[in-house]
Amino acid sequence: MKKSKMHKRKSKSEKIRPKKVDSSAPKQESKHELKISAIDEGTVIDHIPTDAAFKVVEILDLEHHNSVVSIATNLQSKSIGKKCIVKVAGKSLTQEEVSKIAIVAPDATVNIIKNFNVKEKIKVKLPDVVNNVVKCSNPMCITNNEQVSTMFYVLKKDPLKIKCHYCERSMGKEEIEIV
Amino acid sequence: MDFKNRDIISINDFSKEELLFVLKAAKQMEQKPKNNLLRGKILATLFFEPSTRTRLSFTSAMEQLGGQVIGFANADSSSSQKGESLWDTVKMTDQYADIIAIRHPLEGSARLAAEAASIPVINAGDGSNQHPTQTMLDLYTIQKTKGRLDNLHIGFVGDLKYGRTVHSLVMALSYFNPTFYFIAPDALQMPESYLDELYQKKIKYFKTSDLNRFSKEIDILYDTRIQKERFPDLLEYERFKDVYRIDNAFLKNVKKELKIMHPLPRVGEIDKSVDSTPHAAYFEQAANGIPVRKALLAIVLGKLK
Repeated sequence: MKKSKMHKRKSKSEKIRPKKVDSSAPKQESKHELKISAIDEGTVIDHIPTDAAFKVVEILDLEHHNSVVSIATNLQSKSIGKKCIVKVAGKSLTQEEVSKIAIVAPDATVNIIKNFNVKEKIKVKLPDVVNNVVKCSNPMCITNNEQVSTMFYVLKKDPLKIKCHYCERSMGKEEIEIV
Repeated sequence: MDFKNRDIISINDFSKEELLFVLKAAKQMEQKPKNNLLRGKILATLFFEPSTRTRLSFTSAMEQLGGQVIGFANADSSSSQKGESLWDTVKMTDQYADIIAIRHPLEGSARLAAEAASIPVINAGDGSNQHPTQTMLDLYTIQKTKGRLDNLHIGFVGDLKYGRTVHSLVMALSYFNPTFYFIAPDALQMPESYLDELYQKKIKYFKTSDLNRFSKEIDILYDTRIQKERFPDLLEYERFKDVYRIDNAFLKNVKKELKIMHPLPRVGEIDKSVDSTPHAAYFEQAANGIPVRKALLAIVLGKLK
């Protein structure tokens, strides 16, 4: 019983949706092909590499988010091959969250949605200095042993290479763990 | 050049001109000792792990310049034993002294100490990361024994993988168009990240595990101890532990002007008979810690420009 009720609700929402155009959806997708539902207010993060999707979920703590969160992965992307999109209703991102996303998804775009329209489109940018976002991979680094904010210098953007301000150790993308 | 209140944390923070300025100041300190230059100034030596040469030479340098020294020689005699954070220890010391020299087993600790302190901080070794005053005294020794720093052929032998003195000196010498010879077993060769940097800087280097292969080319041989604990395979350690022993037989096939350096302590890698030859520069190297540290204390406290 419960299952059929849920199914009914879903089809109702799909019927309503075409009236409200989600301009944040990828261009090659028509309304009929929309893979995840539109949101009226919130944020759409596009062009996330598929291996970083759940890192973005973790960064934004979406597990504990109360409104709708949609994740679509393995979508075709002209620029990065396969990509992932995360749509979060009722949430705008802080600068710190955008910086964190830039570390795991340097080509991502953040779309701010108001009334089903893209109000603003921001391309994330890796800052030259990353403050309190990444954990140092060196267990002997002072930042892993004393209460201190981490700080990294971005040495190379592609492939990502960062250097700890404190212990001076360089880290590649594969070693990066978000604080 | 004004170094007043500057922290001395990493050799990577210094330009070629700044390094040459420190060496010039060290020469001045050696040739014209100024006994009362730092009278009324207090150096705090915060040594969270044991050290012989570095702590004693900092103490001696400060006292020779008329200053005073306070501090502790190991973590057991500090409040860190009670759980005090490094930040708090440094904040407190900030009120008691004019300058701090710190040694700590954790990497990046000196940088954090410098952020906590309003007075200048000198890194006397932070784990396996940096030991900039050692690098400066190594440069001073090379300059003093060879009369120049430019265009030298410099060999490094022993533990090149983990040796912080080797890494820092290689980076500092990179300013002076050197040719490097890295002599070590594969397990202890120079890390790729440093070799990449040398490649990008177009600096010529050779890698070998044979001590004798380039012995006739080398002007300075910088020896380091091979540490047993670094070898995953003990048989491998047994194979290499005596391979790089420098003795009179080795000295038969070297340049007449070759100088041998070692950050000390040595264990068995340099035979005692080498000490009396004109090649031995390691005790002079240790002695050079005094003028170099005197110069650093004086310029950072704004008493020498």
